[in-house]
Amino acid sequence: MEDHLIIAGQVIKNRFFLGTGKFASYPLMKDAIIASRAQMVTVAVRRVDTQAAQDNILKYIPKECIIMANTSGARNADEAVRIARIARAAGCGNWIKIEIIPDNKYLLPDNVQTIQATEVLAKEGFIVMPYMNPDLADARRLYDAGAASIMPLGAPIGTNKGVCLRELIKILVEEISLPIVVDAGIGRPSHAAEAMELGAAAVLVNTAVATAEDPVLTAQAFSLAVKAGRLAYRAGVAAAKDNAEASSPLTGFLR
Amino acid sequence: MQSSFFDELTGFGSFDFISFLENVRREDIQRVLRKESLSELDFLSLLSHQALEYLEPLAQRAQEHTLANFGRVISLYAPLYISNYCDNDCLYCGFKHSNTIQRKKLSVGEVEREAQEIAKSGIRHVLLLTGESKDVAPVSYIKECIQVLNQYFTSVVIEIYPLTQDEYALLIAAGADGLTIYQETYDQNLYHILHTQGPKSDYRFRLDAPQRAAEARMRQINIGALLGLGEFGKDVFFTGLHGRWLQKKYPEVELGVSFPRLQPHAGNFVCTHALSDRELVQSMIAMRLFLPRAGIAISTRENRSLRKNLIGLGVTRMSAGSRTQVGGYALDATKEGQFDIADTSSVDEVKEMIIQKGYQPVCKDWQAL
Repeated sequence: MEDHLIIAGQVIKNRFFLGTGKFASYPLMKDAIIASRAQMVTVAVRRVDTQAAQDNILKYIPKECIIMANTSGARNADEAVRIARIARAAGCGNWIKIEIIPDNKYLLPDNVQTIQATEVLAKEGFIVMPYMNPDLADARRLYDAGAASIMPLGAPIGTNKGVCLRELIKILVEEISLPIVVDAGIGRPSHAAEAMELGAAAVLVNTAVATAEDPVLTAQAFSLAVKAGRLAYRAGVAAAKDNAEASSPLTGFLR
Repeated sequence: MQSSFFDELTGFGSFDFISFLENVRREDIQRVLRKESLSELDFLSLLSHQALEYLEPLAQRAQEHTLANFGRVISLYAPLYISNYCDNDCLYCGFKHSNTIQRKKLSVGEVEREAQEIAKSGIRHVLLLTGESKDVAPVSYIKECIQVLNQYFTSVVIEIYPLTQDEYALLIAAGADGLTIYQETYDQNLYHILHTQGPKSDYRFRLDAPQRAAEARMRQINIGALLGLGEFGKDVFFTGLHGRWLQKKYPEVELGVSFPRLQPHAGNFVCTHALSDRELVQSMIAMRLFLPRAGIAISTRENRSLRKNLIGLGVTRMSAGSRTQVGGYALDATKEGQFDIADTSSVDEVKEMIIQKGYQPVCKDWQAL
């Protein structure tokens, strides 16, 4: 059976999601999308200039991609909701990544406001992908509010520190019946593979690709690492255990 | 009012800056280079003469921080002067009251024509500026101008005389997205020597302006000191501390810092502490390492070649195609601008320069809500 990711009834062939900020140019961003075959790309509404002749970012996103608009810059639920509506009016579709950040130093999200915005936007028919601090109780509230997936951060945005919050993310993977997309903090392809081995449904990367020496090659590397991590998860590759476990069972003689 | 940055500032009243800066050793800088986040005295040590020896490795760190936080992107904006009437007599300023220059205040219709001209270049962020004359250019007039500008731009930042919290709230409701206000110098004695008369002589009212704007929920706040008035190390240091104080108290504010350098102008002010390019770069790098998330703007006060070289060191915003005269874009402009423009490139030329450096010029980085 094909191992496709399905979110809101839509089949997503590549579990590597790419952010479109911070690139040195839109053509380079486009090359990175094509080379990595990323299907799901996120675009900041604040950057979209539909009036611009050449500088409209949407023109550089391949048609086969799903655009997930993001609410970057929103500081509370009300602003996120307004940005989401602007995105839909600008032709960005129904996919919305809710990103509510009332902290400009660490760029950590506000779960309470995110839950409120999710509830409003899900009712309005958006496919809501909330970015959050990995907290089980809040993830359950997002589920109840109508989120289509849960996107916990691996580490603060732009830090490239990897899956620092792995224990908490592991719990979300276990307990929440929605695709878990690890978003933010992923700095290397090996980090992305690690997140996928944990059971994440997908990984979203931006800074590590956009600011790399060679963003196109780096995007490909991430895409492959995500596939490898996914295969490892499906294959049940032995996870590190907290306690020793004998390779020959001690009770094997009992029939 | 509640706690103010003034309290932190006065805490340094007896601090011996000269002695501290002279006693910074190589090991101190090496240690700072290894740190992930800097204390205030780490920051100050980067403003010492000793730190100049480590300018290159410090620049490398600054670039890493800037890339991680802002990517290979430079946002563009254009200044729009709406009036040069001024009740102040700042010794160093071309618009000062006692200068016999042509005075002009744009009508709201004229503001619209200027806006249309700027918008043609693709610029979507505008900085509205005016001299300090509450009689000629009152808050109600500025409010009308903001409402007009909102039809052409997605972000309107104001660089005007300091207001009360209620007045800031009024302008935010009218569509003001950000505030730029420079303390000029944080040195109180020097401040009083330079600002002898007019409303600007109130040091404290100006110092607390960013806080009042933040209380009124201004989204973006940019601060700075006019470098060249006093010892740069001290002013850059307090600018950084002011920024960090605002960041801690108002984490939702998008903080920016600028490094305006004094340039020749219509007055006869002799700049005794002129800042070298090297010191400007040092200041910018130190600020980036102290406040990795702060936006850094560089205006057309600086020449094209320097502006080009500063990309990658920490700059995140640049003005382009600027006119500093009232009516400079589309109208019969006043003769004198607030300062002389060193980079006279057009918006397209600035974009090309940024692209050549391997960065992306961005005209829109905010969506007015």
